[in-house]
Amino acid sequence: MANKTTDVFICGVGGQGILLASEILSDVALAKGLDIKKSEVHGMAQRGGSVVSHVRYGEAIYSPVITEGQADILASFEKMEALRWIQFVKPGGKVIVNSQEILPSGMETYPPTIDRKIRERVPDAMFVDALTLAKEAGHLRAVNIVMLGAFSNFLKFTEDEWKAAIEARVPKKTIEINLEAFELGRAAVSG
Amino acid sequence: MRVLLSGNEAVARGCYEHGVRVATAYPGTPSTEILENVVKYKDDIYCQWSPNEKVAFEVAMGASFGGVRTLVAMKHVGLNVAADPLMTSTSVGGDGGFVIVTADDPGMHSSQNEQDNRYYAKFAKIPLVEPSDSQEVLDFLGTAYEISEQFGTPVLFRLTTRLSHAKTPVELGERKEVAQKEYVKDTSFRVVIPAHARKLHVKVEKRLESIREYAETSPLNKVTEGDPKVGVISSGISYQYARDAFPEATFLKLGLSYPFPIELARKFCERFETVYVVEENEPFIEEFLRYAGITNILGRERIPSCGELNQRIVRDSISGEDTAGEKTSVSPRPPVLCPGCPHRSTFYTLNRLKIGSTSDIGCYTLGVMPPLEGIDTCICMGASIGNSLGMEKAIGKEFAKKMVAVIGDSTFVHSGMTGLADVAYNKGSTTVIVLDNSITAMTGHQEHAGTGTTLMGEPTTKLDYIKLAESVGIGNARRVDAFEMEAVKAAIKEATDSDEATLLVMEGPCALQARSQWGPAFVVDSEKCTACGLCLRLGCPAISKDENGKATINPLFCVGEFCSMCAQVCPVDCIAVPDKS
Repeated sequence: MANKTTDVFICGVGGQGILLASEILSDVALAKGLDIKKSEVHGMAQRGGSVVSHVRYGEAIYSPVITEGQADILASFEKMEALRWIQFVKPGGKVIVNSQEILPSGMETYPPTIDRKIRERVPDAMFVDALTLAKEAGHLRAVNIVMLGAFSNFLKFTEDEWKAAIEARVPKKTIEINLEAFELGRAAVSG
Repeated sequence: MRVLLSGNEAVARGCYEHGVRVATAYPGTPSTEILENVVKYKDDIYCQWSPNEKVAFEVAMGASFGGVRTLVAMKHVGLNVAADPLMTSTSVGGDGGFVIVTADDPGMHSSQNEQDNRYYAKFAKIPLVEPSDSQEVLDFLGTAYEISEQFGTPVLFRLTTRLSHAKTPVELGERKEVAQKEYVKDTSFRVVIPAHARKLHVKVEKRLESIREYAETSPLNKVTEGDPKVGVISSGISYQYARDAFPEATFLKLGLSYPFPIELARKFCERFETVYVVEENEPFIEEFLRYAGITNILGRERIPSCGELNQRIVRDSISGEDTAGEKTSVSPRPPVLCPGCPHRSTFYTLNRLKIGSTSDIGCYTLGVMPPLEGIDTCICMGASIGNSLGMEKAIGKEFAKKMVAVIGDSTFVHSGMTGLADVAYNKGSTTVIVLDNSITAMTGHQEHAGTGTTLMGEPTTKLDYIKLAESVGIGNARRVDAFEMEAVKAAIKEATDSDEATLLVMEGPCALQARSQWGPAFVVDSEKCTACGLCLRLGCPAISKDENGKATINPLFCVGEFCSMCAQVCPVDCIAVPDKS
């Protein structure tokens, strides 16, 4: 399709590095000369709240936000957050979920039915143990880049394009860990 | 070079490229990043945080008197604070180009209301420029300065959250210097005594009509041809939503929407059976159309006035369908006071002592959430102190012993100082608690007059709250270490028992700024823990219950001895760093 827009909806919990992941995706799209808009709301991100980033790219982008039933990809860095925003994925869209559980403040135990409810809505949702893979790559905080690697399988950019964008964005001394995290994430699901 | 910039970054870039020499602000979401980015160009632009928007406005206006291009930025409610200088500045414009940026917050992502500041342009009789993406922010800012200088008027430049915080591609240009105009004393328009002001009002009305004529043909207002049967009028971010909702339609996009180009709009509306008017929050454009007798429009009667719009809401509200899809019910994940937050001790203590508070705008407003539940009122910047005094006058001095005013350091500097003077002057017995983390934390850590550093990174004088209290007549004023639970409790008890007004300054750095001081996480000795639940009442995100109802600490969140409030409140000493337990 000529004027095809790609909509990537990234969600999770404040402090998980969601904004960096969407920044890297935006850089890759910008470098390809595409029109691109990326939207999120600042202010509460560091205080443990739910965080959402919208990335839209293609030939000509107008609205900076993705609406319900529109996302080609919904990548959630936390399980409960995937369920909170699941209505944003379009029919046939890809759902990639970090199986990590982060207990919301005020809740005593994590609800056990989240996986099932996600699968009820999207039977082919993919679960990635990004926390373990991040640890394997060398740092727990690389969860965001593991997830980037996982959902990169469904976007039409080359591995080199992704890696160049990662190298340009992350702190120098963490490049190696982040590239490893990206590869582990990319291998964790098949595109 | 083509780069991605947020709308706020684009304003800063625009200041650089369009020759701005002075920029001022008080931080407020979603506007804060404007000045944080202007400071990157500090070799070319003098910039500063002011104590509040009114002062920021007056400094910017003074710089305009001084003959340079100047910008003042604030969030929507900030313009209420600056409304006094705004309303009169409009008649004295005419020196250096003067742009006022208002960043409105439809949806109230981080605000107490969703007022639509486009009405301020009409109220103050100044032009309103509304960009709809970052490139337009950069380009239109230049036009705004040209309008300001050509017509001798301040210009209101309106962003909304989705413009301020969305990143879109921008082509960068070079800085163009603009010659400074020489200051020449002229009281006929800079001194607004009634004799002058009466003449100025006539001038403003004429000016407005000239700008309206300009707006009729301004390139900022343009028609994009599409389906000859579907016409849409919109502006700002609403235009982007409307473009997505009606991709084939013919558009009248307004970038200079006040003074309203009524003839342009009338001609556009004549071409269609029905024209959709797409606006977020208030029917600002629609009112001009209806006032001019144009009735073939569909706007507010369909499009909701509460909350943010998006392309789906615009499409659904016009078509009457509901395509929102089904939501799954999931527990909310509200923001909370961070682990290690120094404000926690005050709210925990108030809760334990069954004392309420009139409170204020900042991170500490999160003290309203359970289990702290330490806040009775929160209205606007600085309201806490006046609210407390008023309640005391209505209900009596005994009540004041159970109601304190709680305000952050930056908010106190913004508009708490006058309230404190009022408490002293009008013989209140209010206990005023300044939660002093020595930074404007909520908006992402900006300096202010109480921190000792300027926006441009220079060391400077530091407001002394204790001396200030003494000078307004409050002798009971002292500092308390916010991380010492017993000291906090003793100070609050003593202050509320007293019939005299008291100022307590609870000192402790913002945990997010003190990462280097974080210690290893505490652990709970579950043998000793009696599951009394006292530590849970701190409402710390690091503490939860285990399967036996005993406390457990998440090592990823706990900041250890930097805080230690839980260890201090534990009656059986079962919380400590691992090697000590």
